[in-house]
Amino acid sequence: MARFVIRRLLAAVGVLIAISVVTFLIFQAIPNGDPAQRIGGRTANAAELALIRHEWGFDKPIYVQYIKTMGKILSGTVVSYSQNLNVLDQIRQGLPATLSLAIGAGIIWLGLGILFGVITAVRAGRFADRALTVLAFIGVSSPPFFLGALAIYYVGYKANIIPLGGYSSLSHPWSWFKHLIAPWLVLSVLFIGIYSRVLRSTILDIQHEDYVRTARAKGLSERQVMVRHILRNSLIPIISLWGLDFAQVIGGGAILTESVFNLHGVGQFAAQSIQRLDVPPVLVITMLTAFFVVLLGALVDVIYAFLDPRIRLSG
Amino acid sequence: MAVGGSTGTELSAGVPAELLVEAAELPAGIGPYRLAWRRLSRNHGALFFGVIFLVIVVLCLLAPVYSSDIAHTGPNDNHITEQIKIGGKLTYVVSTIGLPIGPTWHSKFFLGADPNGRDIAVRLLYGGRNSLEVGAVATLITIVLAAIIGIAAGYFRGWTDGLLMRALDVIWAFPVYILGVALGVSLAISGIGPLRGNSLMVPAFVIGVVFVPYVAKPIRGQVLGLREREFIDAARVQGLSHVRIMASEIFPNIASTIIVFIPLMLANSILLEAGLSYLGAGVQPPNPSWGTMIADGVANIPAAIHLVLVPGIMLVIAVLSINVFGDGVRDALDPRAKVRIAR
Amino acid sequence: MTAPETLLQVEDLRVSFATEEGVVRAVDGITFTVQAGEVLAIVGESGSGKSVSVMTLMGLTRGQNARFEGKAMFDGRDLIAASDAELRKVRGAAIAMVFQDPMSSLDPVYRIGAQIIEQIRVHEPKVSKAQALDRAVDLMERVGIPRARDRVRSYPHEFSGGMRQRVMIAMALANSPKLLIADEPTTALAVPIQAQILDELRRLRDQTGAGIILVTHDLGVVADIADRIAVMYAGRIVEQGTLEDLFYDPQHPYTWGLLGSITRVDRNRAGKLPAIPGQPPSLLAPPEGCHFRPRCPHAFDRCTELPELVSRLPEAPEHPDRCWLEPERKRTLRQVGDQIGLATGETVIS
Repeated sequence: MARFVIRRLLAAVGVLIAISVVTFLIFQAIPNGDPAQRIGGRTANAAELALIRHEWGFDKPIYVQYIKTMGKILSGTVVSYSQNLNVLDQIRQGLPATLSLAIGAGIIWLGLGILFGVITAVRAGRFADRALTVLAFIGVSSPPFFLGALAIYYVGYKANIIPLGGYSSLSHPWSWFKHLIAPWLVLSVLFIGIYSRVLRSTILDIQHEDYVRTARAKGLSERQVMVRHILRNSLIPIISLWGLDFAQVIGGGAILTESVFNLHGVGQFAAQSIQRLDVPPVLVITMLTAFFVVLLGALVDVIYAFLDPRIRLSG
Repeated sequence: MAVGGSTGTELSAGVPAELLVEAAELPAGIGPYRLAWRRLSRNHGALFFGVIFLVIVVLCLLAPVYSSDIAHTGPNDNHITEQIKIGGKLTYVVSTIGLPIGPTWHSKFFLGADPNGRDIAVRLLYGGRNSLEVGAVATLITIVLAAIIGIAAGYFRGWTDGLLMRALDVIWAFPVYILGVALGVSLAISGIGPLRGNSLMVPAFVIGVVFVPYVAKPIRGQVLGLREREFIDAARVQGLSHVRIMASEIFPNIASTIIVFIPLMLANSILLEAGLSYLGAGVQPPNPSWGTMIADGVANIPAAIHLVLVPGIMLVIAVLSINVFGDGVRDALDPRAKVRIAR
Repeated sequence: MTAPETLLQVEDLRVSFATEEGVVRAVDGITFTVQAGEVLAIVGESGSGKSVSVMTLMGLTRGQNARFEGKAMFDGRDLIAASDAELRKVRGAAIAMVFQDPMSSLDPVYRIGAQIIEQIRVHEPKVSKAQALDRAVDLMERVGIPRARDRVRSYPHEFSGGMRQRVMIAMALANSPKLLIADEPTTALAVPIQAQILDELRRLRDQTGAGIILVTHDLGVVADIADRIAVMYAGRIVEQGTLEDLFYDPQHPYTWGLLGSITRVDRNRAGKLPAIPGQPPSLLAPPEGCHFRPRCPHAFDRCTELPELVSRLPEAPEHPDRCWLEPERKRTLRQVGDQIGLATGETVIS
């Protein structure tokens, strides 16, 4: 276990460094205006600009710039080029919306994904299977911003059931819920489609396993066989899928949903920063996401080992 | 991103495996692809959607014909101040308060206009052409890169494998959209080599690269397994070169995996193109694509919902038809689906 | 031996599956009985329908594309016509089954003990978990698993194949079945372990008086344990009789082929050469008449007509077979060199 943790931590550090370098290069290798001018603002004089250049290393080779920028990120003092605001503060402001979206949607898509997966597998080839399969296909074929736009127009503007966008803090739970219910569902649709299809085919595979036949030969009811033996084994891959998808969404991967519903979350902040060619926020957000991906990846492995005793946490 | 599963072809739980094997071996003397084709040709649902997709492709390719012979306007032509006759009555294409005209069901502005007074039907077809082109080129890039990387990593193993897999891990740890948007925005400004930033090939390249790990990893896994098989040893003993072995011994054995991935990646590429365009990091204006058209529409909610509906529904139908057809192809190639319940 | 009591009576059982390619007649009218305390071996190649037959008794082949005809009377109840709920009460209780591959027949995510306890409590819900655990330990000791008290906490992957098969047997015995069905219980195991498992089965039969159906493709296994043998080929029983009948006076050429192959395997352990040339027929479109005809070197025109399963030996009415050849002629035809076998020119024994 200790070896596992150490190895995972080292891997995480490696991935974070690699990702920060790649992100930095993507933006620094292109014509980008003068970052010093953007940080200093229009009123900055030559001496102030020189100070900013020196502080960020803009007058030095690119690796010095990288190291200086990373130093600012790690010390928490990094500011965005365009707005000159502390990036970590800005991300912290976006975090409640993003966390609310990710956690709520994560629960919905896992729950409904499992429910639909089980129904389609148990009723394979019959009406319920066909109907849900059609829905799943439409789900994986629909971009979230299209679904979001439809929800805003028909459920928000026409029916006036939900607000037209924005985020409301959890301190007003009902308002919070009304602002988030549509984003949750819109974000979940794709994942429900994927998970239910994956679970369906896993169940149909596992149904033919010898130990399932053993379970039937024991005299267990179909329900007991399904829940204790088939589902218990089929959920293992679903859990690992969920961990990785959840990590991406929590790290700002729900850009499209956040943008169309104007939730002011981390993802939307990332999208806006990218459009402004504002390197520091993008760096921090990609690293944050990668961190969550690696962290939840490790967590998924631990849960995996717990769910499947054949797997040992070795380095 | 991969969508698992297969449609309604499984046997019920009880049939013993030994029987399945026998039944599967029955059509002796037919090659695996002939067999797959036979199965696909029986899957009417998949074929139906395949035909729908073909129709969409043909319609989009005919965009210039529609533009010049029916609508008599180009995809980027503004008619913002013009009036047209509807039911004998002159109407502004874009009303004085900026509301564009809805579907007229006439040759001009068949599906209405956008706030710039452009013909949506014309833009829909041209946009479809762009979306499909970006999707197709991106898929080609993904498949070629993933096949090369996956085969090389699985075949050589050792440090080649380690290096390639770590590189893929880095792409993997990026959220698809953040990497796509970052590359898309920066390359839209700088261009790639001789390519200008507003070229369609820029988003195609970005999407192609972003999806490589999702295809390369499964291919590598399969090659790792193949490498242990006798015929690879036999080829090595014969003194065939590495490239020769990879091309003539390994590639044919992973071809069916690649075929399964093509429609899946095409669907996902078109979706990603739409998402990037929506965020301003894909196809650059004034070039239309389904994604940019939806983005324009979202900006005009609630004034003109048809701006969202027209390209959105088209996009969903196109992607849906690829997905269903692709699922049929996978079913046809998947050895587990060999025996079906007779109905 | 106790007075023979008929446990199971199978009459003209037919099982067919509808597949994409057509109807597969997996079992094509088989009849047999099992007495208490008796071991009946069903022998045949893979795909002969022997596994399908016994799984059908447990209802394990039921499905929307399966069709059943005939009867299987057990304890005054027809297992073929019984509802799923009725059958569930029999499974794992009065009839228990041990499967071929112990490596995959136990659920990998549960401890051994939990899986045996599940078997006990599904039929006796009033037994507490602690009592069930004690019984699980007893059962494991009975089938020869050392340190059973500790090993109930192990997972299947921590056990060897032989130990897992013992667990399967312990589980099958949990509710003292009257009939134990063992489907190729030793096929996946190493030879020394095979003998131990067979010992175990024999001991259990002697101790409990249960009837056993042993399904196998290996006549060598049968010789150690079986009282009676039914030989199956392509969905039909082609010969049935006592161990002595089958080994010393086999009537069907297919049985000769099987016997010829075990003799050779005894001499040459490594050899797993096909004893009988050719492949079993497709069950989608089996040959007319005797199913073995296409592979039989002794076939003649009458073989296109299906021979009934009846005794053609006046001295042995309990030894029926499905072959048109005259018993006298068989005695010479089956003699290959100094042993019984299926002659194909001169190359069968070489």
